[in-house]
Amino acid sequence: MSVLIFVDHADGQVKKSSFEALTYGAKIAAQIGTTAEGLLLGTVTDDLSTLGKYGVTKVHQVANDTLNHLDAQLYSKVIAEAVTASGATILVFSHNQTGKAVAASVSARLKAGVVTGACALPDTSNGNFIVKKTVFSGKAFANVNITSAIKVISLNPNSFTTIAGDGVAEVAALNVAVNASKIRVAAVNKIVGEIPMSEADIVVSGGRGLKGPENWGMIEDLAKTLHAATACSRPVADAHWRPHHEHVGQTGFQIAPNLYFAIGISGAIQHLAGVNRSKVIVVINKDPEAPFFKAADYGIVGDAFDIVPKLNEEIKKLQVNA
Amino acid sequence: MKILVCISKTPDTTSKIAFKDGNTKFEDAGVQWIINPYDEWYALVRAIELKEKDPATVLHLITVGGADCEPIIRKALALGGDEAIRINADNFDSYFIAAQIAEVAKQGAYDLIFTGKETIDYNSSSIGGIVAELVDAPYISLATKFDVAGNTVTVTREIEGGEETNEAELPVVVSCAKGVAEQRIPNMRGIMAARTKPLKVVEPAAIDALTSVVSYELPPAKAGVKLVAADNVAELVRLLHEEAKAI
Ligand SMILES: Cc1cc2nc3c(=O)[nH]c(=O)nc-3n(C[C@H](O)[C@H](O)[C@H](O)COP(=O)(O)OP(=O)(O)OC[C@H]3O[C@@H](n4cnc5c(N)ncnc54)[C@H](O)[C@@H]3O)c2cc1C
Ligand SMILES: Nc1ncnc2c1ncn2[C@@H]1O[C@H](COP(=O)(O)O)[C@@H](O)[C@H]1O
Repeated sequence: MSVLIFVDHADGQVKKSSFEALTYGAKIAAQIGTTAEGLLLGTVTDDLSTLGKYGVTKVHQVANDTLNHLDAQLYSKVIAEAVTASGATILVFSHNQTGKAVAASVSARLKAGVVTGACALPDTSNGNFIVKKTVFSGKAFANVNITSAIKVISLNPNSFTTIAGDGVAEVAALNVAVNASKIRVAAVNKIVGEIPMSEADIVVSGGRGLKGPENWGMIEDLAKTLHAATACSRPVADAHWRPHHEHVGQTGFQIAPNLYFAIGISGAIQHLAGVNRSKVIVVINKDPEAPFFKAADYGIVGDAFDIVPKLNEEIKKLQVNA
Repeated sequence: MKILVCISKTPDTTSKIAFKDGNTKFEDAGVQWIINPYDEWYALVRAIELKEKDPATVLHLITVGGADCEPIIRKALALGGDEAIRINADNFDSYFIAAQIAEVAKQGAYDLIFTGKETIDYNSSSIGGIVAELVDAPYISLATKFDVAGNTVTVTREIEGGEETNEAELPVVVSCAKGVAEQRIPNMRGIMAARTKPLKVVEPAAIDALTSVVSYELPPAKAGVKLVAADNVAELVRLLHEEAKAI
């Protein structure tokens, strides 16, 4: 009856979103009086015993190189065996690209109910297992009861604060037969030098108000100062001013950073749907009537071309003084 | 090649989100329903393009939903496709929906099953993975490009901070994101043709749902924006640092 948390990694390192999932899974375990364990497929350079910090007592590792590449079908089989071997009844993922591919797949294999996009601890009173998840692209929440014996949940990135203690986890090799993958990886194109939006604490986003791709220098400068990722509205990506992977909103990426800067973006309902879970929203727009101000925490009515460079300078000053 | 495209309906993106019956049901009064954009713009259009390239391709559409889904599935047929199947059941549970699709998929021996990346109402991103497991096919999710030559598919998919190109042999299940195709508008000929295309209604297989919605809630309203004068950018930085503790 333990909780098993899937530990995702890239380039030899455990992802930040997995620290959140581990913390979340350990909290669930504490809530229902059981233990939490991690599961890592493939190999990393990180010392896995340090994952104990997030509350897991043990990390199972299936150290097979085939598993360094995502193959949902293969992962699903291996994870299902790990669930059986460890006796887990609750399986936790991060709702990132890997989680989106695997959580549902393995749930089918285990005949377990799945709730993706969880954003709070489950309500486990009265024999229920009610998970709060975002629906309507962040415009509402649904409370969903999982009624199967085994339960699969994936946690929205950035919706649960990581808590690091001083625990040390036992690392245990798990022997599971791994088939050959039916998927061949022909090419990997990582965007170098950029912080992926899903991992970023701060996102600086620009809209059509910036007039053209040539004006993105100040957005990139601000992002660089803040160690932030860059994003954009849909028309900006559609016009190829910015790459598609920066498009946020109902039909783009949904993000929930600690801080979101919306610069020259009007705040259409479809845009807000992808970003309104951000903890703090700052809007810079020359139109005081722009709908985005209604969803903002802080705002400046003014010309982005004037304000953004100043903002960058002021933040640099703060960083120097800090 | 036989292709099955999964089509779902969703409230128009501008719909007011509200709930009824003690917050247990979506308030659908006055709501315009549309085809889920990922299904329409990307999955369906790419499937149509494949059929245009190879007219021998058989293209079926499937939806799990009540009779109120018929306008949506007809609209999808107006874009393209040979026939549609509607499984007559209304259920929120991903396993239930996917298992219904998998039943049809197994009987139809499809080579390629397309879903959208996610529905924009429930945002589950789950149906494709479950269908793939149940039909025992490889699953490639969040595709941004899709090509097929002979039996081999080449799929570019989103990974964190980039993209990756995968190859696999048919049959496969693929979930489609932006980039796979470009949105199309149905033309008059398509709309006329759709009226006479077969739309089969199938009763659902006996499958138990594994989850159920207990209630819905709306997020708490924002406290209201704090405006800072345009000539006082330093004050914004101070607030972000000292008050919001965000930088
Ligand atoms: C089905 C559907 C799905 C959609 N999905 C998405 C989605 O996922 N994401 C998304 O973003 N959109 C989406 N849209 C589009 C959405 O409705 C809006 O059209 C879009 O978000 C507007 O982008 P924008 O704010 O950049 O541009 P605009 O609406 O043109 O706004 C530009 C803003 O910049 C301001 N401005 C102009 N000059 C300056 C200046 N010098 N300084 C400061 N401010 C300035 C203007 O006042 C204005 O508010 C979708 C639409 C539909 C129908
Ligand atoms: N009721 C349904 N009927 C047919 N296909 C569906 C249904 N619900 C979801 N899908 C498909 O599965 C995809 C992912 O949906 P979801 O897992 O619910 O986010 C959608 O984009 C559709 O292609």
